[in-house]
Amino acid sequence: MELSVSLYRYNPEQDKFPYMKNYKVKKPEKDIMVLDLLNMLKEDDATISYRRSCREGVCGSDGMNINGKNGLACITPLSEVLKGNKLELRPLPGLPVIRDLIVDMTQFYEQYEKIKPFLQSDSEPPEQERLQSPQDRDKLDGLYECILCACCSTSCPSFWWNPDKFVGPAALLQAYRFLADTRDTKKQERLEELGDPFSVYRCHGIMNCVSVCPKGLNPNKAIGEIKSMLLTGAKEDKIKVVGLE
Amino acid sequence: MNKVINISTKNNIKEFDALIVGGGGSGMRTSLELAKSGLNTAVISKVFPTRSHTVSAQGGITCAIQSADPNDDWRWHMYDTVKGSDYIGDQDAIEYMCSEGPKAVYELEHMGLPFSRFENGRIYQRPFGGQSKDFGKGGQAARTCAAADRTGHALLHTLYQNNVKEGTNFLNEWFAVDLVKNSKKEITGVIAFSIETGEVCYLKAQATVLATGGAGRIYASTTNALINTGDGLGMTLRAGFPAQDMEMWQFHPTGIYGAGSLVTEGCRGEGGYLINADGERFMERYAPNAKDLAGRDVVARSMVMEILEGRGCGPEKDHVFLKLDHLGADVLNSKLPGICELSKTFAHVDPIKEPIPVVPTCHYMMGGTPTNIHGQAFSRNDGNDFMVSGLFSVGEAACVSVHGANRLGGNSLLDLVVFGRAAGKHINDELKSGGGVDNASNEDIELAMSRLNTLNESESGYEVADVKKQLQTCMQNYFGVFRRGEFMEKGVKELEEIREKSENLFLKDKSIAFNTNRVEALELQNLLEVAEATAISAMMRDESRGAHARDDFPERDDKNWLCHSLYDPVEKKLGKRDVNFVPKEVEAFPPKMRSY
Repeated sequence: MELSVSLYRYNPEQDKFPYMKNYKVKKPEKDIMVLDLLNMLKEDDATISYRRSCREGVCGSDGMNINGKNGLACITPLSEVLKGNKLELRPLPGLPVIRDLIVDMTQFYEQYEKIKPFLQSDSEPPEQERLQSPQDRDKLDGLYECILCACCSTSCPSFWWNPDKFVGPAALLQAYRFLADTRDTKKQERLEELGDPFSVYRCHGIMNCVSVCPKGLNPNKAIGEIKSMLLTGAKEDKIKVVGLE
Repeated sequence: MNKVINISTKNNIKEFDALIVGGGGSGMRTSLELAKSGLNTAVISKVFPTRSHTVSAQGGITCAIQSADPNDDWRWHMYDTVKGSDYIGDQDAIEYMCSEGPKAVYELEHMGLPFSRFENGRIYQRPFGGQSKDFGKGGQAARTCAAADRTGHALLHTLYQNNVKEGTNFLNEWFAVDLVKNSKKEITGVIAFSIETGEVCYLKAQATVLATGGAGRIYASTTNALINTGDGLGMTLRAGFPAQDMEMWQFHPTGIYGAGSLVTEGCRGEGGYLINADGERFMERYAPNAKDLAGRDVVARSMVMEILEGRGCGPEKDHVFLKLDHLGADVLNSKLPGICELSKTFAHVDPIKEPIPVVPTCHYMMGGTPTNIHGQAFSRNDGNDFMVSGLFSVGEAACVSVHGANRLGGNSLLDLVVFGRAAGKHINDELKSGGGVDNASNEDIELAMSRLNTLNESESGYEVADVKKQLQTCMQNYFGVFRRGEFMEKGVKELEEIREKSENLFLKDKSIAFNTNRVEALELQNLLEVAEATAISAMMRDESRGAHARDDFPERDDKNWLCHSLYDPVEKKLGKRDVNFVPKEVEAFPPKMRSY
């Protein structure tokens, strides 16, 4: 049986516009991953370009749009995504395309840096480690595992609309990861920087982020927590939230 | 792509105090130290830093922080590491790593690394292979600090985050082609290009640090990421600098059968064990004391023996099982969640219910560019070591050597942070006290650009994918877990042909923007350098030690081989270098028979 693979192609030096190119391949006997299929195609057509590194779903290189849904090529088996015998592969939506399946992730990384993704503490570190109870450490589960693949943010209509002002689900998940960390002492400052109408509040709970996250994380829940921290802070007059003055 | 860089113009020259090639754990630990000290530091990485292979490390970072056991002692860790290395790890370097380790681990925690915790709030530690209390006399130790089974991911992201905080310059998705070497044989930087724009630059630096990781992709089956192509070693070997202990490749006992993905030793640390087709826990026969937590080389060989003797599992009887179901869902979900995920994805089994099919898989390069504990690379002249000015190496790319002939689990992450930190501190001191290198000439730069130019001008030749397959098959067939002289000779001959091909690759697509085929061609040439160094070193070391196991020389030969091997890429010959047996604070551990 044959697979029909429709691949988004664009080489800025040759193509005025991007186009979809069809490839016919023999359907592999074993259920392989989308990345394996791409590697097979690339052996015949070396010009096909995509990012890949760990090939086991932990480095976040090969996020792409697979038959209409964002996912990681290396941990998406064909059996899960084939429609009939058709497979359509496109770059992550909403970001500028550099070539083929490779997008320019600058905006995505800028939003990540904006939330100050590092532990900040007013206290001098002790000689040994800072103590943290297992229960407090558990609060970071479901947050720190993010691999920055951008599947969530590039599936989010709010991020498509305001990629410069809306922080986006991936970076907000990390914002909450530091808000939730008992070792971090900059909660108020962190929240204040998120209190404008765009950074957090552009999230309208569409939940695409949750449905595509290849690591099973829930950015929407984290965003909800941030919103409620902002509201509590505003109620207690600790944090200024625009529109609530 | 520009073919010429002229130093009289400033075009295409970027200048830094320190340049780190590689954005994984060791590179980013080095850059963090340097950025904090105020030096103009840049990291060049062929992938966005958090895509580096450190992210795949699972089980943890081994260090005597006295959390699981308040009486733990770094000297016991040192003893285990020396024994694990089969006595060719340098004892001054191992002493430094084990004694400085706690500081380096606490620093990671202060930076925010989300370590798992014990009830008292201290960092969680689990047992790993080859660990003991009281110099091997006190039973199994639990010394590996963990963030669930995602320690590498947590560590790499924490280091990236802190580099962002300190304002390190990142040249992401830039590929380093070759070292620039001046007439005094000092290293003055690298030639590199932006994968996105094709801009070719001379990245000039007073200190160049190779933190390019391993090269597991010389084998057909490996736990390593697709990017692990030994780019730093490729560069040093082409520049004529030696590589140490290249025959020493670790085969991890538990790679997922068929897929190669790593299953952490932490599984066995938490109580999992290996079984053969008869359901027998066979490690009890091979290592009666440590059983499944013997050294990785020992466990990998035992598994292969089981398979060779017909007790393998599956229809082809070509793998064994890792049994975890008896640990229960709670332990598996809290301590090994990543493994449950990987196992379902790649082996189609849920470890809560069924065992995972596993097979020894190429995992780690113990050899590399020889360095001292400050990361300074050295070379050989007339049998004497001399420092290569301007050149440093850290992490898996380097051979400092703390792992000798076999690395202990959890020691690679410790190696990264301890020696990344040490190299950063040393470079800072050196540059601030007026150290540095002379300028390179236009000819020196031209030479370093020649590989890229030759490839870009190729009009016919061999396909990258074909040659890569040949190389990987050759290494897999002749230089695997067990080795034999006659097969290795055949392998070395095949590699000669493969070298011929890899020097005549055809880059059909000459386009500039994100041409991954160009990158893969350059990577293949690096793989070839590493493969050849491995093959010749393995063929010449006629004994069995650590990970290097020869059918035809099954015994360890301390009389002739209690030494490092030093591969000379110019003559393609193997020399010997003394192992350090002079630690500073403790008495050296003399070689003993190694049993677990």
